[in-house]
Amino acid sequence: MSTKEAPAADSGHGVGEAIIEVRDIGKSYGSVIALRDVTTSVRAGQVTCVLGDNGAGKSTFIKILAGAHTHTSGEFLVDGKPRHMSSPREALALGIATVYQDLAVVSLMPVWRNFFLGSEVTKGFGPLRRLDIETMKKTTLTEMQAMGIDLRDVDQPIGTMSGGERQCVAIARAVYFGARVLILDEPTAALGVRQSGVVLKYVAKARDRGLGVVLITHNPHHAYPVGDRFMLLRRGRSMGDFPKAEITHEQLVDMMAGGAELEALSQELSSGLGEDSEVAKEMAAEVHHE
Amino acid sequence: MSTTTEAPAEEQQPPADERLASSHRMASILRRPEVGALVAAIAIFIFFGVTTDAFTQPSGASTWILTSSTVGIMAVAVALLMIGGEFDLSAGAMWGTTGLTTGILMTEYELNVWVAILAALVVAVGVGVLNGVLVMRTGLPSFIVTLGTFFVLQGVNLAVTKILINQVSVTGLQNAPGYVQGQQLFGSFVKIDIGGSTLTIYAVTFWWIVVTAVATWVLLRTKAGNWIFAVGGAQTSARQVGVPVFRTKIGLFVNTAVAGWLVGMLGLFKTTTVQSVTGVGQEFIFIICAVVGGCLLTGGYGSAVGAALGALIFGMVGQGIVYEGWDNDWLFTFLGVMLLGAVLVNNFVKSRAEAVR
Repeated sequence: MSTKEAPAADSGHGVGEAIIEVRDIGKSYGSVIALRDVTTSVRAGQVTCVLGDNGAGKSTFIKILAGAHTHTSGEFLVDGKPRHMSSPREALALGIATVYQDLAVVSLMPVWRNFFLGSEVTKGFGPLRRLDIETMKKTTLTEMQAMGIDLRDVDQPIGTMSGGERQCVAIARAVYFGARVLILDEPTAALGVRQSGVVLKYVAKARDRGLGVVLITHNPHHAYPVGDRFMLLRRGRSMGDFPKAEITHEQLVDMMAGGAELEALSQELSSGLGEDSEVAKEMAAEVHHE
Repeated sequence: MSTTTEAPAEEQQPPADERLASSHRMASILRRPEVGALVAAIAIFIFFGVTTDAFTQPSGASTWILTSSTVGIMAVAVALLMIGGEFDLSAGAMWGTTGLTTGILMTEYELNVWVAILAALVVAVGVGVLNGVLVMRTGLPSFIVTLGTFFVLQGVNLAVTKILINQVSVTGLQNAPGYVQGQQLFGSFVKIDIGGSTLTIYAVTFWWIVVTAVATWVLLRTKAGNWIFAVGGAQTSARQVGVPVFRTKIGLFVNTAVAGWLVGMLGLFKTTTVQSVTGVGQEFIFIICAVVGGCLLTGGYGSAVGAALGALIFGMVGQGIVYEGWDNDWLFTFLGVMLLGAVLVNNFVKSRAEAVR
């Protein structure tokens, strides 16, 4: 247990140091170009947000980072060394962990079994080799507390936790098992406002522990408060890679939605549904950055 | 290590314990998958015990203990497989296949008893691997794949036996060389006199207890057990976190086939005979026992002890009906009702477990 003490801290990177750099990276499937000319970096203790609408190439991009796909052009540097990863296992070995949308949890299994699934702690030898249940339960409790979640019962099936809490178990698990880079695939997509806030809090927490975080989202309002760097994707192309100092919340929203398109859509909704309709109001607020 | 980690953990425990309150221990016991089967087993035991004389007599009990044990070994193995998210309809026929293999090799070819037993084991493992690889490689539901192997085995059991020995059953095993050695391991029994009536416990019962204990240990206390629950509960998730899904599932299919072999040997050396149709029709009984014991048909949840209790219920009711003097065919009706009831209870338990508190 003591060997696992704050594994993220001894990653050998000072805050702001680049762990992953991608330069003009691209991926094509035969003649279909899914992604091209994407440049950004993931730095220790910082959050890199990848923004884009559905089909913008976000999933292709994270699959490259996660090692599930190999890039076909450009450069992918980890710790300054060029890499061509061919499996998620390889990425994991480099400390790049991915928390997928479905969270990779088994809902009927207890929290602690989920936490250690695939990396169980055992004791004893030969046929008596067995799970070290006590250690695993304690560690789960401690690690969840480090993320700010006070678990009632590590034995409760993980399915009984809220979406936000489950997300946190997945994040805590990745952190505990030595991740230096944490890729979060749309962690707030299926969550309500309050739960999204909770998850973003844990994203910040992971960042504060010295991890480089890649936050994939289509919601600029979620990205801006926690992000240090923003990379926008549209139709498989990068629309730029901005440090927070170079872009405002409004600009980000505009770029995301395409300001003009959003304005038009807002108009259309107001005329179709009436000025007072809830959706139209929300849309108008979006356009005018309220 | 325990002394250094004890202190901080101790500090964190109290707040957690306070909120759990006293209901926790009781609730966690009631949450176990086998509770329903345990209650049902006790009720059925009391019912037949009160309404018939023979049921609780040592000699009368011997009969249903024997049936429960034989079915129980298979039910436990099938339960593991079901927790892992798969079915095996060839499990019943495997019982016959292995018995016939050993029986024919010993009587017709006068092979050494251990070689014959081992040969049957090899056949079982082979079919288990085949089932597993077919399911995993084709992505077809195991229900269909093993339905196929079930029919293949059923045909082979009859046809090959007829080709080799010109009849459909192996008999006279007691005259084969080395029979006694095998009989000691698989066919022996102990007799206990209780008040003038004799309780006979066959080897199969001891095997049943051992199999259930080992399966429970594996399920709840080992990595493999964790993986079995995971591959049955959410296969993709399990793969993403590094659980060897393929290896786990193949292992489960082999395990079920090996249980078929064990039951085949136990039956063969106890009765000294085996029919070509032995075990056929039993495959659904095993599944029913597992479900009655708390296994979800969708995988990821269940218990080995529960399946053993399911088998006990099956054995008790089968014999209880006889002692009551009712028509034996009611057993099937009862099984059907039990299955439906158990599925409803299990689904209720599952939705409770998954519901956000």
